[in-house]
Amino acid sequence: MSRIGVFICHCGSNIGATVDVPKVVEAARTLPHVVYADDNKYTCSDPGQQSIRDAIEEHDLDRIVIASCSPRMHELTFRKMLHQTRINPYLLEIANIREQCSWVHKDIEAGTAKAIDLVRMAAAKIDRDTPLYTTTIPVNKRALVIGGGIAGMQAALDIADAGYPVTLVEKEPSLGGKMVMLDKTFPTMDCSACICTPKMAEVGTHPRIEVRTCAEVEKVAGYVGNFEVTIREAPKHVDYELCTGCGLCESKCPTKITSEFDQGLGKRKAIYKPFAQAVPSKPTIDAAHCRKINEGKCGVCEKLCPTGAIRFDDEEKRSTETYGAIIVAIGYQLIDWADLYGEYGGRVASPNVITGLQFERLVNASGPTEGHIQRPSDGTEPKSVVIVKCVGSRDPHKGKAYCSRACCMYGAKHAHQYLDKVPDGRCYVFYMDVRTPGKGYDEFYMNTQRDGAVYLRGRVSKIYEQGGKLVCLGEDTLAGATVQVEADLVVLETAMVPADDADRLGSMLGVTRDKDLWLSEAHPKLRPVETNSGGVYLAGTCQGPKDIPDTVAQASAAAMKVCILFSKDELESNAMIAGSDVGLCNGCGACVAICPYQAVTLEEVTRRENSVMVTRTVSNVNPGLCQGCGACTVACKPGAMDLKGFSDEQIMREVEALCL
Amino acid sequence: MPVNEAPTASAATAATAATAATAFEPTILAFCCHWCTYSGADLAGLNRMSYPANVRVLRVPCSGRVNPQFVLTALNKGCDGVLVCGCHPGDCHYVSGNYFARRRLMAFKRLLEFTGLEPERFQVRWISGSEAGKFRDTVIEVCDQIRALGPYRSGVSDDVSLNG
Repeated sequence: MSRIGVFICHCGSNIGATVDVPKVVEAARTLPHVVYADDNKYTCSDPGQQSIRDAIEEHDLDRIVIASCSPRMHELTFRKMLHQTRINPYLLEIANIREQCSWVHKDIEAGTAKAIDLVRMAAAKIDRDTPLYTTTIPVNKRALVIGGGIAGMQAALDIADAGYPVTLVEKEPSLGGKMVMLDKTFPTMDCSACICTPKMAEVGTHPRIEVRTCAEVEKVAGYVGNFEVTIREAPKHVDYELCTGCGLCESKCPTKITSEFDQGLGKRKAIYKPFAQAVPSKPTIDAAHCRKINEGKCGVCEKLCPTGAIRFDDEEKRSTETYGAIIVAIGYQLIDWADLYGEYGGRVASPNVITGLQFERLVNASGPTEGHIQRPSDGTEPKSVVIVKCVGSRDPHKGKAYCSRACCMYGAKHAHQYLDKVPDGRCYVFYMDVRTPGKGYDEFYMNTQRDGAVYLRGRVSKIYEQGGKLVCLGEDTLAGATVQVEADLVVLETAMVPADDADRLGSMLGVTRDKDLWLSEAHPKLRPVETNSGGVYLAGTCQGPKDIPDTVAQASAAAMKVCILFSKDELESNAMIAGSDVGLCNGCGACVAICPYQAVTLEEVTRRENSVMVTRTVSNVNPGLCQGCGACTVACKPGAMDLKGFSDEQIMREVEALCL
Repeated sequence: MPVNEAPTASAATAATAATAATAFEPTILAFCCHWCTYSGADLAGLNRMSYPANVRVLRVPCSGRVNPQFVLTALNKGCDGVLVCGCHPGDCHYVSGNYFARRRLMAFKRLLEFTGLEPERFQVRWISGSEAGKFRDTVIEVCDQIRALGPYRSGVSDDVSLNG
């Protein structure tokens, strides 16, 4: 027989003003198994907590109900208080008579009746509470960072500098991501390569960072502190142990292919480094285009290689390793505008209609034109450039409803760079709004206007070719007139969208995606780098569009969270998890199918039943993986699965107590 | 679970008392998931919104934790209406719990309606942690609907007594 204590809080006048607390105390004293009930002005205060501890001793209570504010407010406070008593901290129920009673009902009679009902429900539930215990989970102090762009590199460096080993997985042959493709970065106009490539080199040579390029995460199992991750590495066809990165193979390779790094504006070889400063600074063979691999002829690289590092028969490798934490930093891609904007030429658009990222390569000194701005169609210098912003952004009908955040600034940067390199050129920028929140950002935009960029407020409705020029039809909404601008080159500042892998990785890691497939943080304000999956953190644009400073800040924040996790040797597991009754389980596996965390598995047990040893298949819950949602309990047909702290019987008792 | 259990004495008394008094006040049980609707209800309190006191919230970790048996028990033991509230589909804290809840409870709702239960007496709503106003409006709406329907007599009709 349980001995329940009930403690009703006045919360100053917060509860006391609309709930007749003495009446609730009186009613509580009549409830079954309640041996003690009292009220308190502020139960959460030190004296309030002391009075509960005293009452527990004095009246030999073995479980308590506290009627006060929401359990979301002080459940943990009171559990901590119970740690100092002989009562198990989980033998506590909170009746929420403030947020869901006194604050929302003005009528004292109705409020008091409801408070009594809530206390009765809590008392009925706690009568069936059992002591619960946490277990400890070891923390494997190795971090996995997925994505080798600026976010992934920053996070990896911070964690490694804190003393923990890191594996960085990058799907491309080199680190660097999108940032290394950029020419300059706003608003300071630092050369992007000059600030990005030293970071790449630092990552590549850091004693605690292992870089895996051409690699992807194939499978993730396990849970916080103990993720089992399978990484697949595509064949590079070059033995990196032997290769010295001399570049002879690349210079003699006869196959020329469109360069992905140069956004289709330049050429690369079949054995290649994506760009000169690539890390690792060793080439990869593109198997899809290599003549030797596809046709059996050529093999020039193999003949020339002074160290014999070429391996045409290289195969993909898979390895499974354990990590304690995972940072997702897979970045973004640009929206495929051609399918959406037929009026700009769509799939058959002029080669002189380019994206902002293509413009970055055109203006970059190590790009295909060595930094000379030239029209892709004929190599002439454009004398008139139109920049169109919000292509795919803030356009819910054709593209995305959200703002891509960085385009206003890099649009201004492109205008500035063009006017800098072509002083007699003219530059027009079509915009909806100019959004420049950031240190030095608005000053930069104003300077661009002073440089001579003409800002026209309105969208472009059509772009077509006429006499070697691109005619842009648009609107100047400030002048209230339609405008027609003839341009030699059009730059579309296209929307950022999630990387192709976001959906697959998100579902593999249990990270939710928002309606646009950006990976969701645990809380938009207070937990911006955590996810709802313990031990999985987000860095950079995989969480949503952002610029480089914000990306770096978020990456360091995610690294900090990993370091906090790694500062402990063991984690405490959730005590309120599911558990299966072996005697009732029939091994149907419905719980296995419904569990979103792969926490339930079927296993064979041999046990004595009716004096005979029998071997049966039953379900087993992994306490490290189970998050305590209770989905399995409803799916369980024989009623073997139950949720600790919210058991079937507890909820039934609560329901019945309400109906009394 | 005996579905045709006779109404408990207290529920019957309550029903008689309600018919005697002119104003019938229904008892409504709301299963609210901890992460969304329960927080939304807390927020309604924080914003000092006002709604009828007929609703009693029962906190569950997830709407996917709500076993249809809980709903049957509530209706059989004297609740006039049952509400199940969770995160919006796609926003479940536990990834997919509310999808299971939606499918399961919608099938269950059709079954209940087939047996003669008024649709208003069992409702499933999605209310996020920030939608305090929606929580208030839902409670007001559901209360009004059930108040208009009158008290719920479970299982057996008045003129049939299983107890002889």
